[in-house]
Amino acid sequence: MSEWCICSVFALQKVSIIIVIFACVVCKYIIYLSEVQLNETLAHLKTESETLKSKLEEERAKLHDVELHQVAEKVEGLGQFVMKTRRTLKGHGNKVLCMDWCKDKRRIVSSSQDGKVIVWDAFTTNKEHAVTMPCTWVMACAYAPSGCAVACGGLDNKCSVYPLSLDKNENLAAKKKSVAMHTNYLSACSFTNSDMQILTSSGDGTCALWDVESGQLLQSFHGHAADVLCLDLAPSETGNTFVSGGCDKKANVWDMRSGQCIQSFETHESDINSVRYYPSGDAFASGSDDATCRLYDLRADREVAIYSKESIIFGVSSVDFSLSGRLLFGGYNDYTINVWDVLKGTRVSILFGHENRVSTLRVSPDGTAFCTGSWDHTLRIWA
Amino acid sequence: MKIEDIVTRIQDETEGVPIRTVKSFMTKIPSVVTGTDIVQWLIKDLSIEDPAEAMHMGSLIAAQGYFFPISDHVLSLKDDGTFYRFQAPYFWPSNCWEPENTDYAIYLCKRTMQNKTRLELADYEAENLARLQRAFSRKWEFIYMQAEAQVKIDRKRDKSERKILDSQERAFWDVHRPVVSRCLYTLPTSSDSFNHYGCSITYETISCCSVRKPAETNSDSSCFLFQILFLNTQLDRHRMKMSKVAESLITYTEQYMEYDPFVTAPEPSNPWTSDDPSFWDLEASKEPSQQRVKKWGFSLEEALKDPAGQELFLKFLESEFSSENLRFWLAVQDLKRMPQQEVGQRAQDIWAEFLAEGAPSSINLDSHSYERTSQNLKDPGRYSYEDAQDHIYKLMKSDSYTRFLRSNVYQDLLMARKKVCVSMFVINQRLSFVYIPIF
Repeated sequence: MSEWCICSVFALQKVSIIIVIFACVVCKYIIYLSEVQLNETLAHLKTESETLKSKLEEERAKLHDVELHQVAEKVEGLGQFVMKTRRTLKGHGNKVLCMDWCKDKRRIVSSSQDGKVIVWDAFTTNKEHAVTMPCTWVMACAYAPSGCAVACGGLDNKCSVYPLSLDKNENLAAKKKSVAMHTNYLSACSFTNSDMQILTSSGDGTCALWDVESGQLLQSFHGHAADVLCLDLAPSETGNTFVSGGCDKKANVWDMRSGQCIQSFETHESDINSVRYYPSGDAFASGSDDATCRLYDLRADREVAIYSKESIIFGVSSVDFSLSGRLLFGGYNDYTINVWDVLKGTRVSILFGHENRVSTLRVSPDGTAFCTGSWDHTLRIWA
Repeated sequence: MKIEDIVTRIQDETEGVPIRTVKSFMTKIPSVVTGTDIVQWLIKDLSIEDPAEAMHMGSLIAAQGYFFPISDHVLSLKDDGTFYRFQAPYFWPSNCWEPENTDYAIYLCKRTMQNKTRLELADYEAENLARLQRAFSRKWEFIYMQAEAQVKIDRKRDKSERKILDSQERAFWDVHRPVVSRCLYTLPTSSDSFNHYGCSITYETISCCSVRKPAETNSDSSCFLFQILFLNTQLDRHRMKMSKVAESLITYTEQYMEYDPFVTAPEPSNPWTSDDPSFWDLEASKEPSQQRVKKWGFSLEEALKDPAGQELFLKFLESEFSSENLRFWLAVQDLKRMPQQEVGQRAQDIWAEFLAEGAPSSINLDSHSYERTSQNLKDPGRYSYEDAQDHIYKLMKSDSYTRFLRSNVYQDLLMARKKVCVSMFVINQRLSFVYIPIF
């Protein structure tokens, strides 16, 4: 604009020059004013947002007439648990980052930092398939509901699906199908009710739903302000929702059909590393770097329980419920597994065994055991 | 940071462990505490019930170098009279140390200059020094000068102060350039300071995986507007009272506890503990157990989730000539699972089968849902039948499902009533008639 003013100065006479110079100054002043207005608007919006947030917390607190553990006092206490490592799966050459169970209740797929994805029959501890991914740090892997394929991804920003062949000699990598494409690392992936769709979460702050066959993006979910680290699908056959947790300390519940965020919870004090639905689908648990696990109920729309102890100071990497939802298993960065009584809020048991941080934990589909993967290169089955 | 709170508290003069100077043969050992003292303090301060837990916690703190054994390079905790010293806050991991190899070289060089038996290099340190000398051959003069300067400064310090500082510096390097042999407790990266996927501190390099971004505060006005909109809708949401929610959670859990293998031992045994897979074989068999049949009575969802339950419910509906509802529901579930390419065609097929004029399996939809669905079909998609499916599900739940639970087919299975074979009964009757005249 100032250049234009200079040009016109040459074309006009003295009086005009004065007018033009004055106009320049006015322009700058207008820009200055609109900037001030923008800042004021931003500040105003920010205060409005903060006010609404505190109002929402007030509304949520109004219905908080009792604590879960108080009501649970009438529930019979759990006896002593004897949980031991029943199988140790050795074979990964580096940190195990993720694992998932097959619906047949005995097979699992695991992925590690060195790029290897292995399918095991955990019952016999035999390795059935192995794939080497072209990238290192395979942070996510999932078993397809049919048991005929596995999905995995990580630093390659992609999620790839490998159909599992019964022929041992066939090179699995040849049949690989690239499904999801993100702009940052893939942190978690999960098949929906069928082999045909995959839900992914990424370090680029978004989650996405993909069609496996065509690789088409069906829906994307925006709302997290930082990396999304975990997700879990609602267990209901009729439901279409999932929950995600991220580095912005928020856990968001999403509608898969519209891509909208339905509910949001922000009570953790650090990154949320893991989220898992309670078996009825009415609540979910989260595990965070702030060394606590928390239970959020969707109907009450708030945090209803917190599972923590003074002596637990290392972050939770992974959580899962037992079949009835009575027990919550948490894998921690201090190499231990803590077992919590969900209703009473107390710790039932602490399990030692891994020699490095527990990075992933999943309960088997029929609840007979749970599997943990660790940075000590091994996976353990506990029952 | 939680771990540093603990380390600060443990050194507190009144509330912490007794740190003292111990007299030894011809010399004094300043500022030490025993392993047992540390373990006992952890148990007391953090209300730990199990001493194993306290040992574990202590070992993790030691592995990060917050305290160290004065006469060893191995960073672990022993519950006995071994002496430990606390690390200076200057060297704490939270200061985000990433010491370079040049620093390490200067340090090792300095050690060789000090000419004291207690400061003699260990074998692995001597190896490291040799390797560094080869790597930094051109820079070595510079490194040597730095080391000399540090030695000069050190000489000026008080003797016991020097002992303490030397040991702290050595412990620092034990953390960042550890003995290569595998320790039981390798370095855990604690919550705040390191990035999410961990740094692997190897001798040569520090290779970090993708660093997580800190939560960005959205300063964009559109983000604020979006947030305000979201918060407003949230405020209007209907919420349930906590007491009701708690009751609901407790009821659900208690109902399913008999099915939870961690709470109630499965019959005949948990395959993982007994190495016997018969539990799985039984579950897969055509004959569902009584317990499994009972679960179908919990909710329509449970009945449909189990393939055997679904089959029985379908058979029941067929006997009532109302199976089109369930078949429609199942077809829509299938539609949602299809690959994107096939969705359009399948949606049309469903319309033709269940909803069109004169459809072979016509379902009963209220006019509102019917209108909505036919509108959706103009651009057929995976969720075109959501309304209709919801309506039909509610119908089945309130009507057919309740009758199913009261029906003979279900009750028979539930009570495990043995079906008497009619033909056998008749033959028995006939036989009894045959015998009577003889008597």
